[in-house]
Amino acid sequence: MEYVDSLTGFRLDGRRPTDMRQIRGEIGVVPKADGSALFEMGNTKVIAAIYGPREVQNKSQQVNNQALVRCEYSMANFSTGDRARRPKGDRRSTEISLVIRQTMEACILTHLMPRSQIDIFVQVLQADGGTRSACINAATLALADAGIPMCDIVTSCSAGYLSSTPLLDLNYIEDSAGGPDVTVGILAKMDKVTLLQMDAKLPLDIFENVMQLAIEGCKAIAQYIRGVLLENTKQLEYRKGV
Amino acid sequence: MLQSKSFVKKTRQGRVVKVVREHYLRDDIYCGAPSCKTCDTSAARLSTSASTVLIVDTNVVLNQIVLLENPAIDDVVVLSVVLEEVRNKNLAVYNRLKALCTNSLRKFFVFSNEHHKDTYVKEMVGESPNDRNDRAIRVAALWYQSHLGVNTQILLITNDRENKRRAIEEGISSETVESYVRSLGKPDLLDLVVPSSSAGVSMEDVEDLRPSKKKVIYSEHKPMSEITSGLHHRVYHQGKLRVNRYNPFEAYVGSESIGDEIVIYGRSNMNRAFDGDIVAVELLPQDQWRDGKSMIIADDEDDEEEDVHLVPSSADDAPRNENLVQPTAGSVAPVSGRPAGRVVGIIKRNWHSYCGSLEPMPMPAAWKSFGQKNYFIGDRDTENEVLLIENDINTRPFSSQVLACLPPLPWSLSSEDLANANREDLRHLRVFSVDPPGCKDIDDALHCMPLANGNFEVGVHIADVTNFVLPGTPLDEEASQRGTSVYLVERRIDMLPKPLTEDICSLRSDVERLAFSVIWEMTPDSEIISTRYTKSAIKSCAALSYVEAQARMDDSRMMDPLTTDLRNLNSLAKIMRLRRIERGALTLASPEVKFEIDTETHDPLDIGMYQIREANQMIEEFMLAANVSVAEKILRHFPLCSLLRRHPSPTKEMLEPLLQTAAAVGLDLDVSSSKALADSLDRAVGDDPYFNKLIRILATRCMTQAVYFSSGDLSPSEFSHYGLAARLYTHFTSPIRRYADVIVHRLLAAALGIAKLPPIFLDGPQLMSIADNLNHRHRNAQMASRASVELHTLIYFKKRPTDTEGRIVKIKSNRFIVFVPKFGIEGPVYLVPKGDKGADWVNHNPTGQSSSSLSSRFVKQLFAANGGISC
Ligand SMILES: [Zn+2]
Repeated sequence: MEYVDSLTGFRLDGRRPTDMRQIRGEIGVVPKADGSALFEMGNTKVIAAIYGPREVQNKSQQVNNQALVRCEYSMANFSTGDRARRPKGDRRSTEISLVIRQTMEACILTHLMPRSQIDIFVQVLQADGGTRSACINAATLALADAGIPMCDIVTSCSAGYLSSTPLLDLNYIEDSAGGPDVTVGILAKMDKVTLLQMDAKLPLDIFENVMQLAIEGCKAIAQYIRGVLLENTKQLEYRKGV
Repeated sequence: MLQSKSFVKKTRQGRVVKVVREHYLRDDIYCGAPSCKTCDTSAARLSTSASTVLIVDTNVVLNQIVLLENPAIDDVVVLSVVLEEVRNKNLAVYNRLKALCTNSLRKFFVFSNEHHKDTYVKEMVGESPNDRNDRAIRVAALWYQSHLGVNTQILLITNDRENKRRAIEEGISSETVESYVRSLGKPDLLDLVVPSSSAGVSMEDVEDLRPSKKKVIYSEHKPMSEITSGLHHRVYHQGKLRVNRYNPFEAYVGSESIGDEIVIYGRSNMNRAFDGDIVAVELLPQDQWRDGKSMIIADDEDDEEEDVHLVPSSADDAPRNENLVQPTAGSVAPVSGRPAGRVVGIIKRNWHSYCGSLEPMPMPAAWKSFGQKNYFIGDRDTENEVLLIENDINTRPFSSQVLACLPPLPWSLSSEDLANANREDLRHLRVFSVDPPGCKDIDDALHCMPLANGNFEVGVHIADVTNFVLPGTPLDEEASQRGTSVYLVERRIDMLPKPLTEDICSLRSDVERLAFSVIWEMTPDSEIISTRYTKSAIKSCAALSYVEAQARMDDSRMMDPLTTDLRNLNSLAKIMRLRRIERGALTLASPEVKFEIDTETHDPLDIGMYQIREANQMIEEFMLAANVSVAEKILRHFPLCSLLRRHPSPTKEMLEPLLQTAAAVGLDLDVSSSKALADSLDRAVGDDPYFNKLIRILATRCMTQAVYFSSGDLSPSEFSHYGLAARLYTHFTSPIRRYADVIVHRLLAAALGIAKLPPIFLDGPQLMSIADNLNHRHRNAQMASRASVELHTLIYFKKRPTDTEGRIVKIKSNRFIVFVPKFGIEGPVYLVPKGDKGADWVNHNPTGQSSSSLSSRFVKQLFAANGGISC
């Protein structure tokens, strides 16, 4: 199958290889949580809720000099076309939970909140490729909404290599094509990579191109997220009458 | 802007899921006119002063591609909706259109109307996809008209009357193909217009005049929704339609839902379905099955081997084996006929080029195909063309872009080539080649040098095609599309342009050539001690033919170094061959026929079986060894993306006909492994010297063909090559005529660190599609070669009634099947007049046969003067 039309240069959904899908972020979608956000990348829709910092529930897990970060990732049963029951804690979601937790831990200033716990819940409402990245982006927004101190905002984006072309932000069809795909997470301002995942082989020079493309994507998302946060802060200001 | 496309799709498991896909609409798609003020003109392709811009619809492209390829037609906008429809309907035409759109000399511009924010149209309620696409074409035409303004006329070319009417209503100028070409005032162009496509215009007119002609011949195909629900409720059954090779009005549909094959009799039940289509079938009432059953009995075994043909060389070529009377356990009816059915709809067409003749016609029957040439059935050129078209073989000359990739001629070894650190200078070695006589595309050469320690250094040198065919170039694309050279009896259709095939790459004698070499150190017992691979420069000292090589080896007076090399190689090869046979390699018989062709009339002068000499086997042995060595090397370096070749072990069911026949002559074959089968084939010696050969031919017929695959797609246990009894196998030794070898050369170069692996190898799906295309092309090439040999056999015997010896291989109720070993053909001999049944295209008239003697030997006159040719 041709994932990039050789005559028009468009991908199956009409994007160019370096186009991202439409992204949208919304803060405060779960008022009961301390912080929450909805994040969409095309048809991928993810919700994140943050509880904390709060007292550690299981005292044995308490860490004395920093906060405990926990993450639970799940996929709604209705998130894919075939409505299937998904057992909790299967290998894939355990792995993604771990990835998100480690990525977020890297930016949360955990030493400021010793002996406390931060819970990150992310749920995929609709899956269309790039769920991992969408979850991280949603978690960043939600953490910011919860007012948890972070050294920088983390954003994530994927890029792949199909039909001999590096492609930004793969959707489900492209993702399931079986080509190599790279998920990158960066600390936007510090320009540091905190997450890099790829389970295929790529020659180094191509890999660098693909990764660079993903980083560009991350930066674009970071800019958007910053915009959302700024807008949100302005509204808060307005409400407080400052 | 975002649109979402939502549709319902059936998964492979048969579940129905809703698929929602995003569909982005953009404002940065440009019109392609260089004079446009508002668009980015950097990618513009239309001419600056175009007064008329053509927009063509799908059917115009599908039917008039020859016209479009004519340089007189230019300034054409190809809409992406058209492109997509063409791709789905006919891949060959799509590729030709794509070539037009990328050809820098032509002014064809692709406009992505489906992604343009102003030209995207959403399907309306109740609108069929075809109507929607026609509307999309009109909307795009209208957009162009308003975008380019009054100075440029947009002309919609369509032969669909309704579409044309609506276009004119909406204010778009529209013409039919004929009227447009006529307006150009170039009468020779008019010849290129395919008149049959005028269906929309003239045919309808004709029908309007003669309403009596409107009678229903075929029942209408059911709409897809009805088929889907019918399949769901098990009213209809889905399967691939396979037309009986020898009876065009009988077909089978293998249905999983019934677990049996459904027989389709007659043209109206087949309902316009073609061989290979995926169809929906409705079962006929059971009392009509009996009808079918009696037909089966009447025809009983009539459905096979109806005409004279070459002996099939594998299960894929052979007519389907049928086990007719096999009542399934538990079936109530004692005479359980096979279920009969009729086609109610076509789920997926197997688009393919077909050839046909017009009937009835005043004598002689003439063929009018594209162009102005008349073709006559039975004429050699016509039949040749037919077999090329039907096997989808590209005979068009190479395009100028492809030819531009060739190195300047005359080519000779340059000092840079030699200075390359990765290229070893082996010009001092005594390298030679052995090939069929007259071979011009020599892709392999050998050398053999005794070493001081008593061992031999043996080298296989293969033409370094990848030095000239660089990945991603038009030349590479073209070769990849063609996949293989095609060898017909009197003609060769090259995969690469002639200068490469016959000169630059060909390892001719006394010229310096680039090669890719595999060099072994071997003990006198043919044990490989070490293997090394290198790019090299060689100078062949002799290009021998098999006959010459054999004569040298046999002539004990000749003691020159070259002959000694040959003898050394031959003795090594014999040991290797023995060892391979011990491992269980099968010596399968596929009789190859050789013709001597008249150089002027191109008619065959003489026919005979291709004689296999020791020299042939010697070369074959070293080529096999080189292929195996290379397969090991590339797989070690690229376990996930190596192109290998495998030959699946035949299943028990596939070998059933072989076992049945063997049992009939009291022979017990052991088929538990290839080794066991090879041994029992060796033991199967009857009184008749040809008996063993017949059994081998039968065994060959039961096997499937070997196929290319990417190592990432299968588990290592599936890699093996059954026929050669090799754990790993690939194709490395013929890069001039097979694209698979080109790929393998690139893999090997990357494995040696000489070159980088082209990125395409990392693209699993693409690699798979390349392998699929190679298998398809390879198979088509073989079919074409066979058809060509068949054709020439018929031409030869048409004028020469011949008495020869044959063997009866099968006895049926009214005839027996005779195999003629000398010519490798088989055909039926009827004991009773054929009567009223059977198609009249069977081209053989059983006169002068001694029908009374049912002994195993008889004399028969083959191919008496009645010489129509089936195609
Ligand atoms: Zn324009």
